[in-house]
Amino acid sequence: MLTCREITELANGYLDHELPLLSWAQVRMHLLMCAHCRRYIDQLADAVNLLKGLPQELPPAEVEEKLIACLRDQGVTRLPE
Amino acid sequence: MKDGAAPAENDGDGMLDRLRRGDEATFRSLVRKHHASMVSFARSFLRDRSAAEEAVQDSWMAVISGIGSFEGRSSLKSWIFAIVANKARTKAKRDGRMVPFSAFGSADEPAVDAERFTPEGSWASPPGSWSDINPERIVAGRQLLAHVMAILETLPAAQRTVVKLRDIEGLSAPEVCDVLEISEANQRILLHRGRSRVRQGIENLMAGQASPEVQGEPEGGPQAGP
Repeated sequence: MLTCREITELANGYLDHELPLLSWAQVRMHLLMCAHCRRYIDQLADAVNLLKGLPQELPPAEVEEKLIACLRDQGVTRLPE
Repeated sequence: MKDGAAPAENDGDGMLDRLRRGDEATFRSLVRKHHASMVSFARSFLRDRSAAEEAVQDSWMAVISGIGSFEGRSSLKSWIFAIVANKARTKAKRDGRMVPFSAFGSADEPAVDAERFTPEGSWASPPGSWSDINPERIVAGRQLLAHVMAILETLPAAQRTVVKLRDIEGLSAPEVCDVLEISEANQRILLHRGRSRVRQGIENLMAGQASPEVQGEPEGGPQAGP
């Protein structure tokens, strides 16, 4: 039987479906019996979901314009709609 | 950078074709979408922000000159990030500031502090309860997402870089390995450690304390573990 400590080391692979079948089954069996590790896995999944939801940062307008000006020098042009 | 995977995001709306024809509006949308992330990524190799910005500007020039030969077998995003990595590495080497990416790793760092387990490996201090993990929830005066961004910045550089590329930019594990020139095992460890630190940071926040030692009192008690 895996220990709780071992579960925390396998948790990420479990969430990403990267564990070999035997390890996956051992984690599943442990989770059926351990509320603390279920909570740990749920929290790790919550953390990953929060990371995935972080907003994209936009470049400052002046940086964008300067860059587009450089790109124009390289042949980037306005194409007709 | 290998051009190996076959992502679907590249050209669903003719974007590649417009980029190859040098369409300013399409480049502008690409700049808006990726520029800030590219600067942040370049800083994994170059600590100095202006050096990172220069490397990214060089990268955009390389994107324009190379887009015609980009075959679209890898995602456009991973191709662009590979260009940034190359430009930033070259610049760091030239400036004598190159730090091998693998040197940032810490393979023996546990996912959870060893003191939170009994000698037998069961939880002695189990994870505390998180209620309502809504990203817009206000915790300690600001939105949870703002806290997560701040926690991310406290990660060791290699962990932060891998977490950002995988979870924020959405690159696949093989793409991250190619872009960073690290092994699959190294990528996996860095992602695991980084995500574990983010979880721990949120746990600390929810428990209203700054240190990683958190005393939780979840249902079932410490004896619930096998």
